[in-house]
Amino acid sequence: MPFFEQSAAEHLRNLETGEVSSVDLTRSYLDRIAALDARVGAFLRVDSEGALRQAAEVDAKRAQRRPVGPLGGLPVAVKDILCERGQPTTCASRILENFRPPYDATVISRLRAADAVLIGRTNLDEFAMGGSTESSAFQVTRNPWDLERTPGGSSGGSAAAVAAGFAPLAIGTDTGGSIRQPAGLCGVVGMKPTYGRVSRYGVVAYASSLDQVGPFGQSVEDVAMLLEAIAGHDPRDATSLNEPVPAYTKEVGLPLANLRVGWVREHFGQGLDADVEAAVRAALGVYESLGATLHEISLPHAKYAVATYYVIAPSEASSNLARYDGVHFGHRTNEKEMLAELAADRKQLETACDRQGLDRLDSALVRMYRRSRSEGFGPEVKRRIMLGTYALSAGYYDAYYLKALKVRRLIRQDFDRAFGQVDLIAGPITPAPAIKIGELAGDPLAMYLLDIYTVSANLAGLPGLCLPCGRSAAGLPIGLQLLAPPLAEARLLRGARMYEQATTWNTTHPEL
Amino acid sequence: MSLSRVEVEKVALLSRLRLSDAELDTITADLAKIVGYVDQLAEVSTEGVEPMAHAIEITNVFRDDSSSESLPREEALANAPHHDTRGYLVPAVLGE
Amino acid sequence: MSETYTTIIGLEVHVQLATDSKLFCGCSTRFGAEPNTQTCPVCIGMPGTLPVMNRRAFELALRTAVALDCEIPAFTKWDRKQYYYPDLPKNYQISQYDLPMSQHGHLDIRDPKGAFATKRVRILRAHLEEDAGKSLHDEVAGKGDSLIDLNRTGTPLLEIVTEPDLRSPLEAKTFLSELKLLLTYIGVSDCNMQEGSLRVDANINLHIPASSTDPPRPGCPSDQGKHTIATPIVEIKNMNSFRAVERALEYEAGRLWHEWQETHRKLGEVPKLTRGWDDVAGVTRGQRSKEESSDYRYFPDPDLAPVTVSPAEVELVRGSLGELPAALRARLQDGFALSSYDADVLINQGQAVVVYFLEVAESAGDAKAAANWVTQDVLRVLKETNTTLDSLGLPAARLAELIRQIKLGDVPGPRAREVFQAMIERRVDVAAALESLGIAAVDESELIALASKLLAANPKTISDVRAGKAQAVGALIGQAKKQNPNIDPTRFREICLQLIETAL
Ligand SMILES: [Mg+2]
Ligand SMILES: [Zn+2]
Repeated sequence: MPFFEQSAAEHLRNLETGEVSSVDLTRSYLDRIAALDARVGAFLRVDSEGALRQAAEVDAKRAQRRPVGPLGGLPVAVKDILCERGQPTTCASRILENFRPPYDATVISRLRAADAVLIGRTNLDEFAMGGSTESSAFQVTRNPWDLERTPGGSSGGSAAAVAAGFAPLAIGTDTGGSIRQPAGLCGVVGMKPTYGRVSRYGVVAYASSLDQVGPFGQSVEDVAMLLEAIAGHDPRDATSLNEPVPAYTKEVGLPLANLRVGWVREHFGQGLDADVEAAVRAALGVYESLGATLHEISLPHAKYAVATYYVIAPSEASSNLARYDGVHFGHRTNEKEMLAELAADRKQLETACDRQGLDRLDSALVRMYRRSRSEGFGPEVKRRIMLGTYALSAGYYDAYYLKALKVRRLIRQDFDRAFGQVDLIAGPITPAPAIKIGELAGDPLAMYLLDIYTVSANLAGLPGLCLPCGRSAAGLPIGLQLLAPPLAEARLLRGARMYEQATTWNTTHPEL
Repeated sequence: MSLSRVEVEKVALLSRLRLSDAELDTITADLAKIVGYVDQLAEVSTEGVEPMAHAIEITNVFRDDSSSESLPREEALANAPHHDTRGYLVPAVLGE
Repeated sequence: MSETYTTIIGLEVHVQLATDSKLFCGCSTRFGAEPNTQTCPVCIGMPGTLPVMNRRAFELALRTAVALDCEIPAFTKWDRKQYYYPDLPKNYQISQYDLPMSQHGHLDIRDPKGAFATKRVRILRAHLEEDAGKSLHDEVAGKGDSLIDLNRTGTPLLEIVTEPDLRSPLEAKTFLSELKLLLTYIGVSDCNMQEGSLRVDANINLHIPASSTDPPRPGCPSDQGKHTIATPIVEIKNMNSFRAVERALEYEAGRLWHEWQETHRKLGEVPKLTRGWDDVAGVTRGQRSKEESSDYRYFPDPDLAPVTVSPAEVELVRGSLGELPAALRARLQDGFALSSYDADVLINQGQAVVVYFLEVAESAGDAKAAANWVTQDVLRVLKETNTTLDSLGLPAARLAELIRQIKLGDVPGPRAREVFQAMIERRVDVAAALESLGIAAVDESELIALASKLLAANPKTISDVRAGKAQAVGALIGQAKKQNPNIDPTRFREICLQLIETAL
């Protein structure tokens, strides 16, 4: 088996026995990236030098029999939205093109402490806003299974990197499905932990009450390993949960007895692709064959999840992204041009004797803000900022934002009721396999509607996982989503592993 | 609910965005479509339902009042697009 | 003019809470540092950073709210108030909107000179929020740029908003003094206006009797009860002292009256205006208001957890406050017969000094003497040596002992300050101080013997006194002091006169 098809767990065993060194392993991945990433576009930057230096340090630790962290020498790709001290952290946005944070995100610190090798930074939708990685300001990422198609998003770079064998592990963020959905579309395993399970400190915020960091891997076991390294309470994040982290790697192999799997009536309505439906129904059958019982459940407010999400997420985003104004960091417009433009505007209004227009004319500062932001943000980000500003503005707050917060509670209550009857909920991750690049350009609403199966878990704060469960007629990966109650990540991983062991979907890889 | 262009321009100012006429056209149409979709929330009965602002509802999270090292000024200002080594510079804010 | 209208004033006070670190990060809150030397990724609002609330700041805010007799709701949350300003790096301020941590309190004020009756000023709300930074324009004048200093950004503030209960600039000033007294007394803030630890904005308008313009029409129900007309409300900013607040309000009341006479514009007919106080010129000036600035788009901050406070916790705080200044002032004046001036000097020094005074007064049995010693001598030494009562080395019991012994004549009055000084310097009691200074109490028989001896040697003195020149004894006092420096000159003089008289 070629090295890049081996799981992280297998690599780790080889590293521990000395069969391979971290430097050799890292170099193999770097070579593969150098050879093939031009076709995929998974990485925004690859840090060969830094990665090899870290790998050499881990090898030295092993040689000197010093303690080695749980990811001892494994390359990990990181979505370019987690701050890394002194390194560019762009969020795939022009506005942060030159930003170098003076600090590490907690997840980055934990990866370092676990002796991971930070191999490079992966592409994403600008500020994680999107489901196809097409809104990146810098490059398109292609789906390794079909280079004409998107890898999903917003963590499309991370998902594609793992699928393409550029890294055994990767970090993503999931605000409305941004880990699970690209995992499903790229045929890898991706997980969004319970909200608060992993620290958000240093993760550039998109929608703070929904954002969560999570792992990608080729197998459930690998995802468990990476989650264990990054999870846990962080005093720097007031929304992080002060709960012990179970030993996921030890537990993941234990099958669940008397497992009750719920399937959601509302998930199998119109709009679901036939191949996807067939694959998901087959997966339910696999669970039954493993001794689980299947239960039909209802999430009556699920159909409002997309509407709820597209009020709450843009509202929070409009606020979180207000800080990009060209004053303290990030892109600033050319001031000379700005002042000249302003003078020209003034002259024009004066000539036209437009008193109202003159009264409303931007001050230099306001024009500086407006130009900097408009130059720095792409269209999808602007659209969401506008949408959120509108939903929060005077006269609309109650009808949109406040209403959405109430429906959010109803969505959560649906889940609470459901988890009274079942242990896990299983269903599709997307209505259809990966779309073609550009397929939905110009139709943002159609793009938003693809999030129908994923956003509920973010609104309710639940852990969710997606793993491969089939191929479409065109050979595209199909993902199975599993959801569990808050903090039941161990159950989620064990349930996923049961399925994975009974099937072979995760053993096939795309040809590049 | 339909969004007028004037409303969209007001939202653009509140958002500190400067949109070209073409952008305003597109975004007015996009927002109208999205807001039209979102309007379905109105049909949900939410009487007596408490708003849910956080995904996981915890309370009373504090840190101790101990001061820690600040950033050296150079490092604090390193990302500023325009500074004079003492502080951030912006077009005059007088009269704002 | 005060008969023609009533001045209606409400205040909005921002008080810096006395924490070591900022509200959401570990940066120091120390005043006066070089620009941008007390900032970190969190208070610069850098991407990815998150706020974590300072427990002490919340405790101090709670302490204040309880001292102001506010209701403390069981649940309070944090909201983002959104507006773009370069000294507000996130372009939103973390504050409280619809569920503040406290509301509906009050503070009583009184005027020692009786210019107004003692009254209760209602507090609408008090909430916790973060401060912004500073925009400095002067220092880079001519370049058309402003310099932004974020040292202050994120400093914890308590915003205290009164109901419009104040009826004169003097009442407003008195309220501020009483508020400052309370806040410094309970140790929540130093209220230093020069350093920006206390900032005041005032809202003012006039209520004009309807009769002076259009009296209620008899028999017209809609006019009944409408006895006053309110003028538009003006918000005044940039007042840098309590005196400035008083002056600005005096000026503005007059200006509003003139404006009313000219325009007859009523509340609601024009938007609320903001005016800045120019202390040098002694006038308020209109400030440009942005038409869209009022849309703050408040929403709950998703990064911060709400806070719950139980009634038991509130009672615990109430219990820890002790006697508050108003009650204490009454007790010092009524129970200890102190002047209102002395009472305020003591209370202004804070709880420790008051407790010290009470101990000294009770133990010495002389409140007036205790007040004199504490307000004059003890406070002077504290100030000169820049120390606290704890490290002063003069326990209350020792000062009380000194006062008692002066009264008994055991410590000669003229040398009492020397004794006091020695007690502090050597950290000793009265007896040891006397000994170290070589002061021994001179008893009556010793004084009589000395007087007899000196009179015998100075017959001219006796004849002078007998001739009606009692001041002739003065010469003997000088001689007596040379022989024994510890004598009490007053008593010695009395004895000499007595001896001369009885020898007749
Ligand atoms: Mg305020
Ligand atoms: Zn700070």
